[in-house]
Amino acid sequence: MVKKQKKEMSSEKVIPHSEAATRFNKDTERVNWHDETLWFVREKRDKSAHQIPDWELLRETASQIKNNVLSNIHDYLIEFEANAQKNGIIVHWAADAKEHNQIVHSIMAKHEVKQMVKSKSMLTEECHLNDYLAEKGIEVIDSDLGEYIVQLRKEPPSHIVLPAIHLKKEDVSETFHEHLGTEKGNIDPQYLTESARLSLRNTFLTRKVALTGVNFAIAETGEIVVCTNEGNADMGAHLADVHIACMGFEKLIPERKHLGVFLRLLARSATGQPITTFSSHFKKPRAGKEIHIVIVDNGRSTQLGREDFRNSLKCIRCGACMNTCPVYRRSGGHSYHNAVAGPIGSILAPNLDMSKNADLPFASTLCGSCTNVCPVKIDIHDQLYKWRQVLVKEGHTPTAKTIAMNTMAKVLANPTIFNIAGKSGRFVMKNMPGLVNNKMNKWYDQREMPEVPEESFREWYKKNSREAKAKDNE
Amino acid sequence: MSSKADILKKIKQNQPAFSADLPDLNLLSSENPDVLATYKTVLKNIGGDPVEVTSYAEILDYIKKNYALEKRIITTIPELSEIASLDWTSDDPHLLADVELNIIKAHFGVAENSALWVTDDVLGQRVSPFIAQYLAIIVHKKDILASMHQAYERIGNQQYGFGTFIAGPSKTADIEQSLVLGAHGARGLIVFMLD
Repeated sequence: MVKKQKKEMSSEKVIPHSEAATRFNKDTERVNWHDETLWFVREKRDKSAHQIPDWELLRETASQIKNNVLSNIHDYLIEFEANAQKNGIIVHWAADAKEHNQIVHSIMAKHEVKQMVKSKSMLTEECHLNDYLAEKGIEVIDSDLGEYIVQLRKEPPSHIVLPAIHLKKEDVSETFHEHLGTEKGNIDPQYLTESARLSLRNTFLTRKVALTGVNFAIAETGEIVVCTNEGNADMGAHLADVHIACMGFEKLIPERKHLGVFLRLLARSATGQPITTFSSHFKKPRAGKEIHIVIVDNGRSTQLGREDFRNSLKCIRCGACMNTCPVYRRSGGHSYHNAVAGPIGSILAPNLDMSKNADLPFASTLCGSCTNVCPVKIDIHDQLYKWRQVLVKEGHTPTAKTIAMNTMAKVLANPTIFNIAGKSGRFVMKNMPGLVNNKMNKWYDQREMPEVPEESFREWYKKNSREAKAKDNE
Repeated sequence: MSSKADILKKIKQNQPAFSADLPDLNLLSSENPDVLATYKTVLKNIGGDPVEVTSYAEILDYIKKNYALEKRIITTIPELSEIASLDWTSDDPHLLADVELNIIKAHFGVAENSALWVTDDVLGQRVSPFIAQYLAIIVHKKDILASMHQAYERIGNQQYGFGTFIAGPSKTADIEQSLVLGAHGARGLIVFMLD
């Protein structure tokens, strides 16, 4: 009993973003490298976007399509399911992560299969599917190279598009040396990728069940589209007897022709490529094989009801907001303790668990760069700002901050107290700097406190204003 | 079953009441005065090799000169039976693991991203363009379109079980953003642009 309680406690406990970011920032050289690498990806996105004269119209069009989807998602889901079933696809519905995991496991159990090959699916990260299946004795191998690397290291992905972006080739070399027996110290990306290719090829050839994510699901035709550069989703799905595709219900788009808009935006926004290498449209299973689609809610219908935050469901998971975010680039994906990190993750996460993720909307400077690059025009920084207000109202902010804010409100509301506070503050900073320049003061963390002025502006104004001078001249 | 009803009920309650109209896709221009030149440039930029040819005989010559013919070569194109086998399309797909080169035909290509549209009809087996070490795709020059909007107009309500756009060889940059061709799929892609 005690043990169980302890376990529940520990699964709740996360390191707050600011603390994790502080740790990440201890290695200055590495942080600078991380920052520059992601900015490089952002620049590739710019270059690619600028080659499309209609880019802004394209974003606007995508945004309008997604707005239409949000208003009609109920009917589109029914239409999608009916068409998918007509195509011979088996459709499942999962209210939450637990039901999603149970459905996936039941399909495995029905086919008596103990091994799965999986391509990238942030939804299964969100649902912690791998852990669930491991407990049931099922081995899952992630086949996207970045995900394969972090899986071997027992880490979660740090970025939705570039899962191992926090690692250097030396790290990958060590991991592969340990797990795949590659030459110690060989850090050539070509060599390392080739080693993973050989190992995973054997995986693809021997797995009976393949799981993939879904980039887009088309209501009109009942087909799903999966985009990869590596070809791993296809290698898994076309060699397996059973293909399970898991999707949040917001992946729906109305018609096939709308793919033209989204496929033009997705890869350009993500990595600056004109399109991913493979954009695979799965409509019907191969003869004698099965395709299962698991449609997942897991809090999405709640988010749909939050007027200020429902736009977050328009996200197509390109990661552009992360690559451009000055906070993400300098704090790393793991500091967000959520399957989706960065600015968009910080809007999605409080919907999943407000208390656990209360720190995330504060992990932003509200500079608005995320909003400017978002291919479906989500007002990301506005939503971060709005979440802060919700979180404070609901009492999810740290006690120290609440006390500080309340004190501040009192001081600012009363001129006499403000005056006294200013005077004593200046006195303390001047004569007892140790009281301010210490670890208790969050402002002192990464900066020197300013030099203390002799007088406040108010005092100076009293002396120098026209009335004061007129008085002096009398 | 009950989850489906619950989810749909909650969505109906929570989705916005007003419905935004679907936008007019015709406003997006897809003009390109020189689709062939764009196609070739984009393909080279993403690691593929465009080769202009006037006949199947030229394609045969090119393959004979550039590939090891003793290795396994497969195709779905009868004109290439001299160098490639045609009798693999109903085999267990796992038996394609040793294929060195696969030569298939695309329905059409797209200039803005060099993608080629292929479906079950031309693939022989779904896994064939992924499992082969190298891939060659033939496309008629007249079938190269400007943009993805034209591509989906062309697809229209075409029936297929599986279809995919292929743009360049399989690739990854997951190790320190260093581009490596040949992640899990083909290590190289040749596009024969046929008159």
